[in-house]
Amino acid sequence: MSVLVVVECADGEVKKSSLEVASYGAEVAAMLGTTATAIAVGEANAANLAKLGEQGITKVLHDAEPRLKDFVNNAYTKLIATAAEQEQAKIIILANSNIGAAVGSRLSVRLKASLATNVVELPKTEGGQFVVKRGAFSGKAFSDVALSGDRKIIAVKKNSTEAKHDAGKTAEVSTFAAQLTDADFADAPTQVIMQDQAGGVLLPEADLVVSGGRGMKGPENWSLIEDLAKALGAATACSKPVSDVDWRPHHEHVGQTGITVSPNLYIACGISGAIQHLAGVNSSKVIVVINKDPEAPFFKAADYGIVGDVFDVLPKLTAAVKALG
Amino acid sequence: MKFLVCISNVPDTTTKITFTPDNKEFNKAGVQFVINPWDEYALTRAIELKEAAGAGTVTVLNVGEADTEPNIRKALAIGADDAIRVNAAPQDAYFVAEQIAAIAKEGAYDVILMGKESIDYNGFQVHGMVGEMLGIPTVAPAMKLDMSGNVATLEREIEGGKEIVTVNTPFVASCQQPMCEPRIPNMRGIMTARTKPLKVVPAVGEPARTTVAEFALPPKKQGVKLIDAENAGELIKLLRNEAKVI
Repeated sequence: MSVLVVVECADGEVKKSSLEVASYGAEVAAMLGTTATAIAVGEANAANLAKLGEQGITKVLHDAEPRLKDFVNNAYTKLIATAAEQEQAKIIILANSNIGAAVGSRLSVRLKASLATNVVELPKTEGGQFVVKRGAFSGKAFSDVALSGDRKIIAVKKNSTEAKHDAGKTAEVSTFAAQLTDADFADAPTQVIMQDQAGGVLLPEADLVVSGGRGMKGPENWSLIEDLAKALGAATACSKPVSDVDWRPHHEHVGQTGITVSPNLYIACGISGAIQHLAGVNSSKVIVVINKDPEAPFFKAADYGIVGDVFDVLPKLTAAVKALG
Repeated sequence: MKFLVCISNVPDTTTKITFTPDNKEFNKAGVQFVINPWDEYALTRAIELKEAAGAGTVTVLNVGEADTEPNIRKALAIGADDAIRVNAAPQDAYFVAEQIAAIAKEGAYDVILMGKESIDYNGFQVHGMVGEMLGIPTVAPAMKLDMSGNVATLEREIEGGKEIVTVNTPFVASCQQPMCEPRIPNMRGIMTARTKPLKVVPAVGEPARTTVAEFALPPKKQGVKLIDAENAGELIKLLRNEAKVI
């Protein structure tokens, strides 16, 4: 029996959220007195996979099938299920990403496992129960969920656990062949279109986020948001009304029916803080609110606030970040 | 084309979340329940595709007790043709998926649509479980869905981009914006919804695999520290030296 960790790779690099998942998996393995094995998906590079030793992974399985570069739900499910059987994994851990949730839900049926997504803490195993804490009610609450059965799958929310770096430790990378056939790739994408990053940071993986609302008055003023984001190395985001009127693309919309983010720092500029918006951001570690209305509800959820005009305040913040050097 | 649209009954998005004193259950007192906002994309898109094809049916399915019927009627008023309610409290994602899979199989539905996730449980699990139980493809989360005969072309959101995926019916898709503009019922819809068929069936399958032991609210914030707008640069120093996030 072991713990199997699914690590997502892109362009040869292991994603940051998967480094967190690897650390989480190694800790669960230590709790259970066993080791953690990883299975790589996406475009992986053996040297970077070996570095998963730093997160406490002992062994990494890598299937060199080139069609695994892009996300294919059936093929990924079969790959991970085959690895789980080979390793006799009782616990499988994934990132709570679009890929992790799509694969984890199919795996739970195929492997007859119980499943918890959106998990924010290490499991508790007192009294013969296996309990995980997960986010519920769109970030407005948490629930402790008991997982039954012999096999369990856990999808860990981004930025809820820290990736450990035990420098110098390496994992053994071994080739793995899940014997995937053409039928497993029947739902392969015909095209993959990545967002134009233009030197920017992708929102779902970002540690720092600068976000704008209707108080920005129009898309032509977004350079103020972008300048601060660029100076900080942050991603840009927006509120629902802003994406509804097409000032910004849908994939920047943060909130209850948009993307849920949990960065270290969320700076809200000209966003009043409707409850639906707060639901998407309230697991951020630090929230800064800039709004000219001192009664804006967002100030109640903020750690730091500036009551002032975003058009005056944002350039000052950008200059102050640049002055830090 | 037979569409099956799964809807869940959730607290309105503006609800202040509270729990019973023992923290075992969500406190429903005074709470307005609505069709899960993500499911509205699935419902409206199914109706649009049926209308565009000029043929087909849209059946809505809910797993819930009798108190969910007002929202099932609302879905019928928006334009679904008939409805099925599995008479059981939804225990967990696995239990709900079992009900959907059983009904989908029995009714030989071609397209099974639902929202990305429910805004109360936030599982994002049911779509994949149903697809796996039926042995058919799942596309999740889908931002766009077009049909040409038995072939569907979908846009699936992935972190940092999207994939274009083509699948044949039957398939499952979990929907999110910008798939369509969700419709609201009109007066004629509300009138006709009263007489559309709503079938109530018992639950099937194995028991749930997960149980909620306890709920908790997030810790309260300490209170906001205000910085004078004239001296905005001070904020950056606090973020570096006090909060240590930049």
